[in-house]
Amino acid sequence: MKILFSWLQEFISLPSTDPRRLAEDLARLGFPVDSVTEEHGDAVLDVDVTTNRPDCLNHYGIAREIAALYNVPLSPLEKSAISASKKDPVVRIVAKDLCRRYCARIIRGVKVGPSPDWLVRRLEAVGQRSINNVADATNYILVAYGHPLHAFDLDRLKGGKIIVRRAKESEIFKTLDGVDRRLCTDDLVIADARHPVALAGIMGGIDSEISPGTENVLLESAWFDPVAIRRTAKRQEMHTEASHRFERGADIGIAMAAANHCCDLILQLAGGTLDPHISDVYPKQFSAPSVLLRRSELQRHLGMDIPASEVEQILHRLGFSLQPKGRAGWKCAVPSHRVDISREIDLIEEVARLYGYDRFPLRLPGGTGQITCKSPRALKEERLRNLLLSLGYDEAISSVLVGRDIESFGDQPMVALSNPLSEEASALRNSLVPGLLDAVQWNLNRGQDSFRLFEFGSVYRDLGNAYSEPQVLALVATGQRSDTSWNRERVKPYDINFFDLKGDIEQLLEISSHSQFEIDNANLPGYYQPGARLTADNASIARWGEFYPLFATRWKFRQPVFVAEIFLDTIYQRELAAPMAQPISRFPAVDRDFSVWLPKDVTFNAVQSAITALQIPGLSAIRPVEIFRGGSVPAGRYSLLLRVSLQSQEATLTDADLQAASTRIMDCLEKILGAHIRR
Amino acid sequence: MCPSNLPPLDAFDAAQHTLAELGIGNAATLTELFSQFSSQFINEANELARSGPVDPTKIEELRVRWLGRKQGIIRSITDNWLRSALPELKPIVGAQLNTLRKLAENYIEIELPKSMGLHQVVSSLSPSTESLQGIQVSATIPHESDLDIPLPGTRRAVGVRHILHRVMDDISEIFFSLGYSVAEGPEIETVYYNFEALNIPEDHPSRDDQDTFYLNSRTVLRTHTSPVQIRTMEKVQPPVRIIVPGKVYRRDSPDATHSPMFHQVEGLAVDEHISFADLKGTLDHFMKAFFGPQVRTRFRPSFFPFTEPSAEVDISCLFCGSRGCRICKQSGWIELMGCGMVDPALYSFVKYDPARFSGFAFGMGVERLAMLRHGVQDIQLFYQSDVRFLRQFR
Repeated sequence: MKILFSWLQEFISLPSTDPRRLAEDLARLGFPVDSVTEEHGDAVLDVDVTTNRPDCLNHYGIAREIAALYNVPLSPLEKSAISASKKDPVVRIVAKDLCRRYCARIIRGVKVGPSPDWLVRRLEAVGQRSINNVADATNYILVAYGHPLHAFDLDRLKGGKIIVRRAKESEIFKTLDGVDRRLCTDDLVIADARHPVALAGIMGGIDSEISPGTENVLLESAWFDPVAIRRTAKRQEMHTEASHRFERGADIGIAMAAANHCCDLILQLAGGTLDPHISDVYPKQFSAPSVLLRRSELQRHLGMDIPASEVEQILHRLGFSLQPKGRAGWKCAVPSHRVDISREIDLIEEVARLYGYDRFPLRLPGGTGQITCKSPRALKEERLRNLLLSLGYDEAISSVLVGRDIESFGDQPMVALSNPLSEEASALRNSLVPGLLDAVQWNLNRGQDSFRLFEFGSVYRDLGNAYSEPQVLALVATGQRSDTSWNRERVKPYDINFFDLKGDIEQLLEISSHSQFEIDNANLPGYYQPGARLTADNASIARWGEFYPLFATRWKFRQPVFVAEIFLDTIYQRELAAPMAQPISRFPAVDRDFSVWLPKDVTFNAVQSAITALQIPGLSAIRPVEIFRGGSVPAGRYSLLLRVSLQSQEATLTDADLQAASTRIMDCLEKILGAHIRR
Repeated sequence: MCPSNLPPLDAFDAAQHTLAELGIGNAATLTELFSQFSSQFINEANELARSGPVDPTKIEELRVRWLGRKQGIIRSITDNWLRSALPELKPIVGAQLNTLRKLAENYIEIELPKSMGLHQVVSSLSPSTESLQGIQVSATIPHESDLDIPLPGTRRAVGVRHILHRVMDDISEIFFSLGYSVAEGPEIETVYYNFEALNIPEDHPSRDDQDTFYLNSRTVLRTHTSPVQIRTMEKVQPPVRIIVPGKVYRRDSPDATHSPMFHQVEGLAVDEHISFADLKGTLDHFMKAFFGPQVRTRFRPSFFPFTEPSAEVDISCLFCGSRGCRICKQSGWIELMGCGMVDPALYSFVKYDPARFSGFAFGMGVERLAMLRHGVQDIQLFYQSDVRFLRQFR
């Protein structure tokens, strides 16, 4: 909200003429100043007013706060110059629950016209457009004192009456902005004898608007229920200076004074004479709520003992009247403009605020004797992450909000937002893969051609009666796998492939106590081609493969990109692996190599199981050393160089032991697996 | 005794016999003999050094001859002379033998390889390396003058933790040390936990302070991590000390300082006798631990529906030392986070006794902290996964 320095000076005498100093002090009171600018030689402060302080959405309210801070006098609110002679029943409130006060004054014989320069400038400085002298007068009072007023063309009010009532169901009413509004019985309207003439507290009607031909004016100054105003404004998607204040809570006590100030200004700007009749329908007069403030509670919440005299001074300066309750505390009467104060804690905050937050000591709370716990998955995630980092994957964070066009990446439908900002961010991701593919594209487009990324994150699911947010780890890898070196002869780069990713996944899974995995390529989403998945106890643990570029046209990769997903919820269900130490044999290990041509359909897995099944004593490892296809290898076969390691815990293996083992392995290769042994 | 009395002996041959067999019975002759051996070793070593092209196998041969573990001269002297020496000669044999061994070691390990342009890489004297392997490896390393030491080292590719997560880890560590535990909650949250139980009723304008993404009328993407305060207090009685790190969402159009998704760390402490002074002390400690001990804090009144009194915390500007600059908008202070004493209204939602318990809560934007501490100018950089950005934060 824009506050003019000169305008404040009409209400208080400021101890300093430096607007920056004032801005600093306002910030210390809880009203931070976004900017201080200069307009027409006057300083304009852009002040932030929090939603709990509608009383400060105007110059007088801000001046009142500053007066309390500096302990300087504030010019009184009431103007005695204009007084009323007698009451007149022009106003009738039907909806008494929604309108607790309605003041009206009538000015006859005005000359509607442009406002003088000083007024136009002031309104412009606070961001308002000048309309005409009568309308400007109401806006000026709004900005000065904060009370929203409305001026009607009296002659357009049928029967010259004001009736405050609920709208009829489906009643149509055209507001000032020219929009036809269909109302309902929850909406509060100001009506004449026949039709609504204003949407109460929000906007006037076009038919009773002040026009150049207006001669007689009825000025409204009322108090409307905040919730009702807010609901109607929301329903009608309207937000006005008036509704902004009414929905936060206007000052019921100021209504008449504001109307009188405004009449004064209209008379000054547009001439005319003030009708001596006055309407102030105010069935239940404001009585200041009384709130108890105990010194013990001040001490308990604030952590220090503020001297009683200082507490009293602070509350006095803020407009509270105090009645001491012995030494224990005070009964405080809350002024009508402080709609935010109804509880003891509200008063405690006021005392702290004016006392100065900076004056409270710094302390640390005592210990609780409780154990500090991380999240249950923290340790597991940390182990996985540390391994990924050491495997050369950089960590990424990508957007959870995505477009519906990538829905096919998830196993479940996406959860959609009902009020998205854009099509590209209209739903919650159901897979981490597209986010990482975006990252791949981003980097490839910028000349980065070799990198690996990982992301830990949730995917989001609608379970019908609830939502779930399972944790997934996704990886992408592309380009060369190499260390950074000038020494290309020794540090040889090569393109990342399927087995690089598989190796990384194998290492990641070793962290878990899962030990039995099934590997296949069933039920894979179409973007893996080729791809594979790992399951344990029928639950999907991981899947990975090369990204199939034709799956989605969104990305145009000119090099192979590998993707992996690891479903963490399944992994987190198990404990971390807790390996037991195995004795290391004191006797030498011996390797025996077998070079064979195997039929195409005999997998390495089959070789491994067949040899393991021989139960050769001391057999400690079976590894593929080299696999080769084509060339001199006959069609339908592939060449495998197999290395079998033998080592005994009890003794050095003898030549006879080794010979026996070799013979059995060769037999097995030849007879069971159909291998041709190359000697 | 005249030195010429002693006939020249080959050290290797002589070492195979006892002193008695060699007919040596006095200290002077013994000393003379050792000095002969020293000259002999130096001659052999010099000859090797002069012999032209580097041949590490020659060094190894020399080493085996003199220092070999089984048959080396030093070893043989130890076995054959020392044990059977007359008591009065024993100390002399020991001392002389030691001198000779040091001489040989020095030449073979350091001087010879140096003079031949070889680097001392293998401890060839370690008892287990009788083989030639170590030396052969060292021979492939280039001459010192060919080694461009300032060339960058060969780096293994190691990944980098995302800076936002590193900042969150740092925040967590500070609060772990103060006895806080981690609590978590869902990002898809009910209106009840995100607003109502936090004293933000539907019909109050404070509901508009946070632009909210809705899934339906009862479900939102949490606009803050504060719902976890309620979820935690529902489950446990005080004392409570938790932090809540996580993603939150606001319906803000993305620009350099706004993102519809960002990260927060929430904190909550509830107990008997917790006061505003404890809140100030806790956050002052946090700021100093996170930004450095020179940082000062300032607390300003503010408003949040779920705290009272409420405060904004500023820190002294990190960039200008509070003198005023572009970043602190000439104020010398940077606004950092909101906090306050838990509004007693919340206790009624979780059935705590407000007359007995009090507490404080705070919430900080991780991106904001990261941007300030690491000088990041655009919030969007955090989510683009540009490796040139990610790798800056090793």
